[in-house]
Amino acid sequence: MIVTRALTKRYGRLLVVDQVDLDVREGDRYGFLGPNGSGKTTVVRMLLGLVYATSGEITVMGRPVPKRVSEVLPSIGSLVEGPSAYGHLSGRANLALIDAAGKAGSRRTRRRRIGTALERAGLAGVDSRPVKRYSLGMRQRLGLAAALLRSPRLLILDEPTNGLDPQGIREIRDLLAELNAAGTTVFMSSHQLAEVEQLCTRVGIVDRGRLVKQDDLAAMRAPTGRAIVRTPDPDRAVAVLDGQVDHRDADRLLVADADTAAINARLVAAGVRVSEITAERRSLEDVVLSVTGTGSDHFGGPGPVPRTESRGTS
Amino acid sequence: MIGVELVKLARRPRSWVSILLLCALPTLVAVFVAVTHLAPPPGQGPALLSAVLSSGALFPAAALAIVLPVFLPVAVAVVAGDSIAGEAGSGTLRYLLARPVGRTRLLVAKLVALVVYTLAAVALVTGTAYLTGIMLFGAQPVAATPSGLTTSNLAAGATTLSGTAMSPTEIALRTLGAVSFIVVSMLGVGAIALFLSTVTDSALGAALGALAALVTSEVLVTLNAASAVDPYLPTRYWLAWIDFFREPIVWRNIERGFAVQGVYVVVFLGAAWAHFATKDITS
Repeated sequence: MIVTRALTKRYGRLLVVDQVDLDVREGDRYGFLGPNGSGKTTVVRMLLGLVYATSGEITVMGRPVPKRVSEVLPSIGSLVEGPSAYGHLSGRANLALIDAAGKAGSRRTRRRRIGTALERAGLAGVDSRPVKRYSLGMRQRLGLAAALLRSPRLLILDEPTNGLDPQGIREIRDLLAELNAAGTTVFMSSHQLAEVEQLCTRVGIVDRGRLVKQDDLAAMRAPTGRAIVRTPDPDRAVAVLDGQVDHRDADRLLVADADTAAINARLVAAGVRVSEITAERRSLEDVVLSVTGTGSDHFGGPGPVPRTESRGTS
Repeated sequence: MIGVELVKLARRPRSWVSILLLCALPTLVAVFVAVTHLAPPPGQGPALLSAVLSSGALFPAAALAIVLPVFLPVAVAVVAGDSIAGEAGSGTLRYLLARPVGRTRLLVAKLVALVVYTLAAVALVTGTAYLTGIMLFGAQPVAATPSGLTTSNLAAGATTLSGTAMSPTEIALRTLGAVSFIVVSMLGVGAIALFLSTVTDSALGAALGALAALVTSEVLVTLNAASAVDPYLPTRYWLAWIDFFREPIVWRNIERGFAVQGVYVVVFLGAAWAHFATKDITS
């Protein structure tokens, strides 16, 4: 779907995107992770032909970009750096204008297309108030509705859940999963680890303009070879497991053995109660922290690490 | 896309408010003149206003002379300056281009909308001025002379004037000529503002930039030291449309005015296209 080769963008002397080789396959739910200012948005803009690359190649759906981008854009829905609309018009009027611009479908089916898109984005019952009176979440939904207007084969979404409450985030996640199941490839950029972890099947991590890792999420989150055991009798468990416990944190033990079934059998045989036992996996956060190195303090996400806005060219 | 731009123009309150204000100013002037019967003496005040008291049919031309120096260029510069920069500022430009709307097509659509706006503004000013003129001053016949306009009132008689009497049709035709000249002059301003609109993401900056160019030109026109560049200044022939009301019509400055504005339009639209088509859209 999307392939880039050594994609590079400079603004004057500032290197914003550096030799990025993206590979998004058809049917992927691709999460493009990186801190603010790491070049995500610039990559997205280059994929859509808005910004021209300094060097390197882009192919989207088999067409070179930006040379033949107009052939593929009709089957792409996009959300770039937040939604935007004409504030003095209603949401429907805005969608009607967007729909009429460019190679739209027939005028007769416009009303229906707009209705479907609004419904999917969760704005079906919206009144005719002008967009300037919309809340941030409503604007975000309107932006998504605009992206969905033409039933795209590829969705390129930049921070799609920005400004939504937890319920809204979940709704959008379900919507994207549903669209993906119906055959739409989803490429979404985010700095929210949890969001990418919950939705995506494939992840690319970008740090200071470079793609530092790209792999399937399942492969990234491979088991570590250790097991996590929770028990109401931690002292006895430590004694039974005899030296295999790497780390103890109250009732939570980290055991240096991947075979959870065997551990469980040993504990139960010794009369130790086990409330939970699972194989330890690397969290996406661990992966990100390990590959982004010193830049890790730029990251947001669920952890206690404060998010810092870095370099202003997102 | 042209249709979309026209809808946007029509659904924008600003378009109508600005045209309303453009129409209101000459009407205000007409009311004052009609109430007091104190028209400025010939050669002072807005062009043609002195003749208006004797014939309302001349008021459309006088109204154009009232709005031409400041208000019309400001309105045109604001609309043209907003065309690309306004979309960039509100963040809608990237979505239009990703629709996709070709960059050249977008620019052409914006240009068409600008022409329509200018035409509508000038036409509505002329129309309302005609109505106010006829209502407040009546429609007596007018004579045009080589030095400008004179009214052929009944007491003096047409024989004492060197000019020939103008029929209503003739006044209408001459006004039409003046209107087209003014529209083309305004497109010169619009082209400058449109070019600046592709350069900056600030609609205000683009409009002010175009107005700054006009003010510079006005200053240089009055400056003898700048006489070398005088024929090429955008505002040099702005008032040449008054020559449509002379008898016979003096074509020299009118033709030059059209030519100069034509060059400005072509050069700045070309520059706007060249810049916009190759620009990184980062707004």
